[in-house]
Amino acid sequence: MNIPKSSPTGGCGGGCPTKEKGADLHRRDFLKSGAAMATVTLAPGVTLMSMGSGVAAAANPDTRWGLLIDAAKCPSDCSACVTACSDEHGWENNGEPTDPQWIRKVTLKNRDTGFENSLPVMCQHCANPPCVDVCPTGASFKREDGIVLVDRHTCIGCRYCMMACPFKARSFVHEPVTGQKVTTPRGNGTVEGCNMCVHKLDRGEGTTACVEACKITGNNAMIFGDLNDAESDISKALANYPSIELRADLKLNLGVRYQNI
Amino acid sequence: MKRLIIATIVLFGLAVGMSQAGSVYPEIPMASGEAHPEGNEYWRVNHMDLLRHDRDLTMREGIRDTDASIAECVTCHAVNGLDAKPVTVKSEDHFCRVCHDYAAVKIDCFQCHNSIPPELSGASLMFKKQANTLEVLMAYIEGLSR
Repeated sequence: MNIPKSSPTGGCGGGCPTKEKGADLHRRDFLKSGAAMATVTLAPGVTLMSMGSGVAAAANPDTRWGLLIDAAKCPSDCSACVTACSDEHGWENNGEPTDPQWIRKVTLKNRDTGFENSLPVMCQHCANPPCVDVCPTGASFKREDGIVLVDRHTCIGCRYCMMACPFKARSFVHEPVTGQKVTTPRGNGTVEGCNMCVHKLDRGEGTTACVEACKITGNNAMIFGDLNDAESDISKALANYPSIELRADLKLNLGVRYQNI
Repeated sequence: MKRLIIATIVLFGLAVGMSQAGSVYPEIPMASGEAHPEGNEYWRVNHMDLLRHDRDLTMREGIRDTDASIAECVTCHAVNGLDAKPVTVKSEDHFCRVCHDYAAVKIDCFQCHNSIPPELSGASLMFKKQANTLEVLMAYIEGLSR
């Protein structure tokens, strides 16, 4: 057997450098996790303080946020909800096909009778969201409280989710964005859609910009609330009056329900 | 041996150059607000990991009263331009860019996040936790001694 007198790796056949590197990485990871833990241990105290000042806790698995839209109360010439969403989140639609559409007014026409319905359509916040199924990076995800979101930190802009969504609820940012709202970061090369005003919910406001705007117009076509809470306005309305899900055949169990369409 | 001598001469030259020019390091703009209790050195080394950890907490779990939020970064570390308004990341004087340009590390944060203090000043500071006065004083003194 021919054994070399000395190998360039110091006589341990390449084992030593790898081992050292491994140990080094381990040490680094250990330090990292230490920093992370310090941050986590600080969090509960902070949360308690915030709760004291009337701020609700974060995404709660017992909650499922939902919307109920009464198409009979939604006039065709009103787009207050769309304007409110645009103002709240800082997106602008100038009618170009590639412009963002977090929420849009849709007109449905019965071809036989000619009857027309006008209603807002946005992300339906499915319980079984197809956009989450197809996302290759895990950027498209469902929060514990049922809100379907895009994590732009991991979104690579492949737009699979836009293809998968039966409601065309998501749009892609084609141009660099400046002057974003602090509560709604958004940028070039990522997909976006209705986030159910998640920053307002986390603040404990328990409402969305579109619902508030609808209330101000006096139409009161939209109700927002917790679908899991039997005492909420939305649950009572759903229990007492007929409602439908869009494309109920897909069995996606939507968080947004409609009446009178 | 020859190499060692050359290296020593070069190092000596650098040291002399540094002492004459003050420092080769960038001039980091002063921040407003309380000093970081952990100290500036800690934040210089770890800010990206702290932000990444807290961004996941906020995005995934909805915890918005985190210790590290980019809105608070740009609020305290705002640098005013000639028009006395905070400069955006497009300016070389932006707090983040001073070091990142020096280190040639690209910042992706501001493709989506705003690089100037939020116009709703209440929005980012809403969750600001009440810091321990003694802690803040100690951090301040420590900051002065740096």
